[in-house]
Amino acid sequence: MSQVDVFINQTAEWLRAAGPDSDIVVSSRLRLARNISGFPFLQKMSVPQQQEVVEKVKVATETCVGLKEAYYLRSTDLSELDRQFLVERHLISREHATEGGSKAVAITPDEVVSLMILEEDHLRLQTFQSGFSLGEAWKIIDVIDNELEAELDFSFNPNLGYLTACPTNVGTGLRASCMLHLPSLVLTKQVHKVLQALTKLNFAARGLYGEGTQATGNFFQFSNQITLGQREEEMIDNLERVIRQVIAHEKEARQFLRSKRKVKFEDQIWRAVGTLKSSRIISSSEATQLLSLVELGIDMDLVKSSLTQQEWSGLFLLIQPAHLQKINKKKLNSSERDICRADLIRERLKKITL
Amino acid sequence: MNCNVCGVNEATIHLTEIVNNQMVEIHLCDTCAQEKGTDFKTHFNLGDLLMGLSSLDQANASSEKRLAKVCPNCGMSYEEFGKSGRLGCSECYEAFAKMLLPLIQRVQRATHHLGKKPTKISRSVRTTYDLRLLQDRLRKSVDSEEFEKAAMLRDEIKRIEDRLKKGKKK
Ligand SMILES: [Zn+2]
Ligand SMILES: [Zn+2]
Repeated sequence: MSQVDVFINQTAEWLRAAGPDSDIVVSSRLRLARNISGFPFLQKMSVPQQQEVVEKVKVATETCVGLKEAYYLRSTDLSELDRQFLVERHLISREHATEGGSKAVAITPDEVVSLMILEEDHLRLQTFQSGFSLGEAWKIIDVIDNELEAELDFSFNPNLGYLTACPTNVGTGLRASCMLHLPSLVLTKQVHKVLQALTKLNFAARGLYGEGTQATGNFFQFSNQITLGQREEEMIDNLERVIRQVIAHEKEARQFLRSKRKVKFEDQIWRAVGTLKSSRIISSSEATQLLSLVELGIDMDLVKSSLTQQEWSGLFLLIQPAHLQKINKKKLNSSERDICRADLIRERLKKITL
Repeated sequence: MNCNVCGVNEATIHLTEIVNNQMVEIHLCDTCAQEKGTDFKTHFNLGDLLMGLSSLDQANASSEKRLAKVCPNCGMSYEEFGKSGRLGCSECYEAFAKMLLPLIQRVQRATHHLGKKPTKISRSVRTTYDLRLLQDRLRKSVDSEEFEKAAMLRDEIKRIEDRLKKGKKK
């Protein structure tokens, strides 16, 4: 059994589907980029220096209240499948999982905090909260950052702030982001307008990727682009403000679908339920897309489900490739996964009746 | 906004990348993003595609000299940075300041950090930082016409600056 298997039977913090506006804002995430002075950035680091940093940070996490319970996982202890599993849970990035060299990650048992060691920067500290809860995430990350700083010297310049490997992160090193479920804006073909407006305001908006690189399931990630020249709280406030507007647009679109497109809309949702309940082979992108529609149906009280919120949102994770293989306790190729995925979904959706 | 690659589909993915020393915004449609193999935050190489957008530096006569500039601490050249978009060490910021600062200003639309600072920093770093913070507050209070507050801030800034000058003379 691998160390990461402790997570398999729990719902990732960002998928708990609790917290403010969680029917639209799936989760909130903050990330701080930090580098330790006295070491070059990752690109120019020797292997012994990488190992030194991995061990140095391990020691620092042990004295840190917010991280001392964390699992400290070195890349050498993790199989490829384990790393893929952590990527699916957003606990490490794809780059961190696939790049060679010494790396590590510290993850708290509740999956609220993950500290990637030797990602693009020496440290990438992340906190997750389910729902629309950036303020809470900031409180947590600020404290842990201070605790780490007491043990480690961070590269800091009085003019440019925290120095990062890429100048797009310099200053606060803060990336605040929220994952939004916007099925109605997609169905009413308005989502592009919203995304465009946001990029004009210096926010980044991306389709969220499922398996491989395909954008699926009406999930979008919104984040700040600018990391310099504002206080962290201001950056977070600004993002919150635009997200509140996006939430309002999605709510309007839901209302529009319910009142003006009722039959067509219900048809789409019930067809999604039908497909999920009867398919024998299903790809993760098709499944995510259909689950997203059914979720909209549940949120709008069209579909009655006796699944708990957590059972339901956990499905989005369990149908991912590494999760499927962990659940089935064996290696599965892509076509075997499509069969297992369909089985799993049919089993879970027994609690939804047509 | 149309996709930068095919120019046909609506772009849904919006990224900021560094290509050939230029910060560029890239807009892609789902299909092209898939082909390019983009990820949440990959730094895919769109160098060939965006050559046209980033010829400013190359056109400059002194650009060769700039590209050859090397950080004395880690040995990274500015050309290397341009290709990867990643600096080699914290001192690269100093070594490449001439080219980097305008770049940073363009992307970040700001030149100075106003966020949190570590507690363990040297006195001079702290003073410079504090001074910057006061100057920012001064600017804001002038903008909002709080002149009494502005006057107080101006005095405080002057006190710190005088102290710094004295320190230097010694
Ligand atoms: Zn395209
Ligand atoms: Zn350097």
